[in-house]
Amino acid sequence: MKNLFKLFSIIIIITASNSYSFAAEKVEYLKTDWSFKGIFGKFDRASLQRGYQVYTEVCASCHSMKYLSYRNLAEKGGPEFSIAQAKAIAASFEVTDGPNSDGEMFTRPGKLSDKFVMPYDNVKAAQAANGGAYPPDMSVLVKARGGGVDYIYSLLQGYEEAPNDVSLDDGVYYNKFMYGNKIRMAAPLSDGLVEYGDGTNATVEQMSKDVTTFLMWSAEPHLEARHQMGFKAIVYLIILTVLVYFSMKKIWSRVESEV
Amino acid sequence: MSDHDYRPKSKVGQWFNDRLPLLTLANHLTDYPTPKNLNYWWTFGGILTFCLITQIVTGLTLAMHYIAHADMAFESVEHIMRDVNYGWLIRYIHANGASMFFLAVYIHIFRSLFYGSYKSPREIIWILGIIIYLLMMAAAFMGYVLPWGQMSFWGATVITNLFSAIPLVGEGIVTWLWGGYSVDNPTLTRFFTLHYLIPFLILGLVVLHIWALHVPGNNNPVGIDIKKPSKDTVPFHPYIVIKDGFALLMFMIVFAFFVFYAPNILGHADNYIEANPMVTPAHIVPEWYLLPFYAILRSVPDKLLGVVAMLSAILILAVLPWLDTSKIRSAVFRPLYKQFYWILVADVLILGYVGAMPAEGLYLLIARVATAYYFLHFLVILPVLGFKEKTLPVPLSITEPVLGGSPNLAAARNQESKIE
Repeated sequence: MKNLFKLFSIIIIITASNSYSFAAEKVEYLKTDWSFKGIFGKFDRASLQRGYQVYTEVCASCHSMKYLSYRNLAEKGGPEFSIAQAKAIAASFEVTDGPNSDGEMFTRPGKLSDKFVMPYDNVKAAQAANGGAYPPDMSVLVKARGGGVDYIYSLLQGYEEAPNDVSLDDGVYYNKFMYGNKIRMAAPLSDGLVEYGDGTNATVEQMSKDVTTFLMWSAEPHLEARHQMGFKAIVYLIILTVLVYFSMKKIWSRVESEV
Repeated sequence: MSDHDYRPKSKVGQWFNDRLPLLTLANHLTDYPTPKNLNYWWTFGGILTFCLITQIVTGLTLAMHYIAHADMAFESVEHIMRDVNYGWLIRYIHANGASMFFLAVYIHIFRSLFYGSYKSPREIIWILGIIIYLLMMAAAFMGYVLPWGQMSFWGATVITNLFSAIPLVGEGIVTWLWGGYSVDNPTLTRFFTLHYLIPFLILGLVVLHIWALHVPGNNNPVGIDIKKPSKDTVPFHPYIVIKDGFALLMFMIVFAFFVFYAPNILGHADNYIEANPMVTPAHIVPEWYLLPFYAILRSVPDKLLGVVAMLSAILILAVLPWLDTSKIRSAVFRPLYKQFYWILVADVLILGYVGAMPAEGLYLLIARVATAYYFLHFLVILPVLGFKEKTLPVPLSITEPVLGGSPNLAAARNQESKIE
């Protein structure tokens, strides 16, 4: 009985203290308090909306988000734009549709059901426009990087002058959080680059935090539902376990044996 | 209590049971005499059954939405995660369920090693277990390929390439496995088919595993043969059912913690990048539960011998009942074996750790020493220990150590000294 408790607690401690990938290089990432971490973690709605603004005004010129639809922007647990706002956002994009009855492709304003419009037609076009480097799709980017949100948050703020012993080719930049320190993306953010509608001061730090929050949501759109259900499920299981424990004690009291 | 004299009470029941004795089977399962001193390490058999059923049920649901095509697999998984109702829940249960399954199976195997459950007359149960374990690894490996992420693709490439180590026909076999000249769509579709098939093979083997168990009955922490039914046993229902249920609930709490609060912690981040044959990940690592064998594979400089070593590490377990020469089952009464047992546990954990690290420098050296020790344990230490070890006196019945101070203890000691 005691052993079992010990075992379970050891497992939890070991895995909880482990980072995503144990093979990753040791770098101390910048820390900030994420509202979505923890048992009751939820997204900061305003931060998600600001993050969408940063994505669409800055990142989206190179990075696609092909698994998201405009309807997601109005869904529960996300940025929660109103339906009208989401419709307006969708309509501001030109979407290629068709073929129509004449067999011709045509463009029309976007609808809620459309996927996010991609900046490039295909991977080759994206590479051609970016000196051979493909700007990765951002839909699940946070989950596809060992350091997760802390890594993305740090990377956006990690641009600095290259040390003297590092020589950089044309179109390559120095970033202290990038694997190997060399990155093909120029520093995407600068203070005041976007103008937030809610009056928040658009510092690089603030924009990094907002856009990373947005990316966390895009990678895990059901995170809030998961946290809420998890709490209920675990409380339910604990209560049931206690009840079963006492039933077990009662049943086993009929025999001279320990449980 | 005995199966033979069971007769259903109702006329209909009798009529049915005479034609198909399902009720006799049910009666056997509820009355099945079980040693009353089984500790919580024995609850993992039931937990494993739960894991298998969970994987089958969630897997069936996922298969309804998943598309086994190289161009669409990754996207269909994202579709499950985003748009299928509770798809994220089903997929996270399935993905973490695999880890939970292996966690439970390792505890189950190491329980068997500690209490000597593999020894006569339970060799067939043990060998069936090893086959189940092999199939589990195959199913888990192929399941990991299905999301068609970077680790899926490159893991599949590395593991299938192992077959190329076979002299003369190796290359041909690999091409045949792939269904082409690299891991591609034909590989994915056949892995999906096999991933769907294997759980049902496992299910059949589990039935045989339990059937074979019900012939001699459970081993127990004391490791002695007991009379069944007797004062030493309790009927399976309700005693073991409620105890297994309690342990299962504890297990489910851990399971739920992973599913709801750390669903990706046991996976590799690279598997959220769509498979790309042109880009090789910096480190290709298998899932945690395969790491010890991966370490053994890489610790041998020659590819063919590495594969042989890795396979032997698993297959050696199948002949364990004959490698362990000790007549005493439980490590409780084997002071030396007990110590070697824990060294083996540490050895396997070390192998798992170095399996996750790059195969170079100190890590490689540690992997080699640990691999050598692994084989030393089974091939030298166990056979020799059976002859050399001075074991402690074994009680005559379970009731004795439970109640303590019974005259049996003295009798057991006498008997033991006579043998010596």
